[in-house]
Amino acid sequence: MYLAKVYVILKPTVNDPQGLTIKGALHNLGFSEVSQVRAGKYIEIKIDGDGMDKTRERIGRMCHELLANPVIESYSFDLEKI
Amino acid sequence: MNITKEDLDKVALSEEEYGLIIQGLGREPTEVELGILGSLWSEHCGYKHSKPLLKLLPSKSKRVMVEPGEENAGVVDIGDGLVVVMKMESHNHPSAVEPFQGAATGIGGIVRDIFTMGARPIALMNSLCFGPLSQVHNRYLCNGVVDGIAAYGNCLGIPNVGGEISFSECYSTNPLVNVLCLGIAHEGELVSSSAGGEGNLLMLAGADTGRDGIYGASGLASRTFGGDQELRPTVQVGNPFLEKLLIEACLELARTDWIVGMQDLGAAGLTSSAIESAAKGGCGLDLDVLKVPRREENMTPYEVMLSESQERMLLIVKKGYQDRVKALFDHWEVPSVVIGQVTGDGMAVIREGEEITAEVPVSLLSSPPLYRPRARKPSWLGEVQSFDARSVPDLKPRQCNPTLLQLLSSPNIASKEAVYRQYDHQVMNNSVVLPGSDAAVLRVKGTRKGLALTTDSNGKYCYLDPFVGGVIVVAEAARNLVCSGAEPMAITDCLNFGDPEKKEVYYQLRECVKGIARACRELQLPVISGNVSLYNEARDGAIYPTPVIGMVGLLDDVSTCCTTSFKDEGDLVFLLGEVLSRDEGRDGLGGSEYLEMSHGLVRGRPSIDLALERRVQRCLLEAIRAGLVKSAHDCSHGGLAVTIAESCIAGNIGFRGGISCRLEEQPEGETKATSADVRLDSVLFGERQSRIVISLTRSALVKLSRITRKWRVPLAFLGEVGGQYLVVEGYLDLPLARAKKSWKGGLPRALSGNA
Repeated sequence: MYLAKVYVILKPTVNDPQGLTIKGALHNLGFSEVSQVRAGKYIEIKIDGDGMDKTRERIGRMCHELLANPVIESYSFDLEKI
Repeated sequence: MNITKEDLDKVALSEEEYGLIIQGLGREPTEVELGILGSLWSEHCGYKHSKPLLKLLPSKSKRVMVEPGEENAGVVDIGDGLVVVMKMESHNHPSAVEPFQGAATGIGGIVRDIFTMGARPIALMNSLCFGPLSQVHNRYLCNGVVDGIAAYGNCLGIPNVGGEISFSECYSTNPLVNVLCLGIAHEGELVSSSAGGEGNLLMLAGADTGRDGIYGASGLASRTFGGDQELRPTVQVGNPFLEKLLIEACLELARTDWIVGMQDLGAAGLTSSAIESAAKGGCGLDLDVLKVPRREENMTPYEVMLSESQERMLLIVKKGYQDRVKALFDHWEVPSVVIGQVTGDGMAVIREGEEITAEVPVSLLSSPPLYRPRARKPSWLGEVQSFDARSVPDLKPRQCNPTLLQLLSSPNIASKEAVYRQYDHQVMNNSVVLPGSDAAVLRVKGTRKGLALTTDSNGKYCYLDPFVGGVIVVAEAARNLVCSGAEPMAITDCLNFGDPEKKEVYYQLRECVKGIARACRELQLPVISGNVSLYNEARDGAIYPTPVIGMVGLLDDVSTCCTTSFKDEGDLVFLLGEVLSRDEGRDGLGGSEYLEMSHGLVRGRPSIDLALERRVQRCLLEAIRAGLVKSAHDCSHGGLAVTIAESCIAGNIGFRGGISCRLEEQPEGETKATSADVRLDSVLFGERQSRIVISLTRSALVKLSRITRKWRVPLAFLGEVGGQYLVVEGYLDLPLARAKKSWKGGLPRALSGNA
């Protein structure tokens, strides 16, 4: 069994209204030192994998086809055996 | 600067155009100047292939206050000191690349066009075309576009009151996403988009500027694209909550006298909004890109000027009022900043601090070369038009039930509820007739009036006969409004075509526009705004020529509005308008949904008699206003049987009648069916124009026939409302529930890929 921790975030040049809203709210609360917020998502996947390499390839495809929108988002993931 | 063909391609300029630029400037342009010229001379901003044709469209009527091109949207007067502002725009190319954000920012853009003028947006509508849902990529595009429209529109709190969706192979990978917005304003509160008054200030309000959408206008919308990967960094992401704040701030600003103009930033961003304002005001401007708030670091002047970051507005503020404007926007938590000023010398000066990066006469920027490309009638047109109905077998009576069910469940005809239920169509509490009828009806608060709104297109008809197709699209939109009891007032149009540099495509564009113009003149309808989307081409060539017509109509008393649903047991059902015909080519099979579905043919020629069309519409309107009509439904896609079925389903009540395949015209115009030889498929599923299925109480018949005689409009008895079956004696006999299941289930099944 493997555990994949997937991180999905908007590409740097893409507008991130959610991040901007969080930044604005932090400023309102007095955290004026905050200069940038980018918001993304974190996904955990448990998978009955067939070896590390094969599993890595499968998770990569999941990211590309569903978990991330490769047009505007980039992704990365950590994979560990559990 | 050493200019290569590649540099020119990047900004979609030709070598001849580059020559014109050098001539106009008296020198070679800088990089920033070239980018600005490329955007403003693009088809999207400059209409260089379509402008001469657009002049053919009538644009005046007693009600029209602002004509196309004068401002961001057209304006018509509806009395009581109120005006209606309307525009439709395409967002096809962005939606092809990223359907959700493409469609969402399309909504954002069209809404800005309306409130820029000082009008409150009160309704949205959209016309969508996709490839067949049997292909997974088309389902992805369709679901993404619908989600994007819903997400942005619902967040703004503007009702999405309807529209249309159609499917055809030609739209695979090149979907059409046309969005319409309707706004309402007090006459005195309209705001111009023109800059003027030397020394007045240019203020930028709204979102910070990032690298979104650079090359959008010149890159995406002005040429064809095969592999879309490299164009992807141009995707824009919208922020509807910021737009909502912008709406409120700008509408508040519109009620002050602190500004001379307001202009939204759309395609080609700051470049087009600033230059267009200056051009309309006949003045110059001087702006400093260093003053533009950035979201990203190290942006070049070029990127700042051409960024298509969403939710931004340009305000032309009277000198001395900038602090008050800033305070107003601060109140709405919208950033605003002075970025330059209006000048009197007619030059557009773009600087980065002290350094001037562009200095071009506004007149050069705003007068792109106009082309009248050569047109050639497509060689295949004659072949697809020549269709002999005898080459396909007629329906047998036992095939009628299954054919009707199959048509009802085909995505082009089936209920679009699966889509429109995702849109908030009742927010603002004005919606009187909801999506699913021929036209949506909204009340106008504070008056007894109502506004009816519809969009219509028929790419297949326009493919088969561009001129007649253009006529029919306008006629059908008007008919839809009339069915709701409204008097058609004005049109906004989106012309979606392929590459105009191909002679055959230009022919289609020209003929369609001529057809639209012809129908507008006959029905006395002005075109008040619109947009052109060319270069819609995908793998297998151009899309069907697809002009989309948005139309608004007025009801003096909204309580008299009419819907499509059959109402009460015992009501009589009639067909108003053109009756069965044995004439060659008028069987309604050419271009019909039935012919494509059952025989796999896209052939034949649609036809319409505009004089009759006009009489039918006037006649129905008079009858509805006299309170004689209980339901009216335009007989269009799928023909008579489908129209009757839809009226039954909408009213949840059956129909029993006999439609005989025979005809005999009586001198009075009233017609009863007899004598043989009209094809069964033509009677049930043929798509002739100028026909409306109406229902009325028996006691209204005498008065109705008086009106139909006056207008010389044929009236044919079809049957009676009642029961829970849909029966056409000898041919159709279906439980209503069964028809309803097919009609309601068709689209959800197709959308989930289980069709």
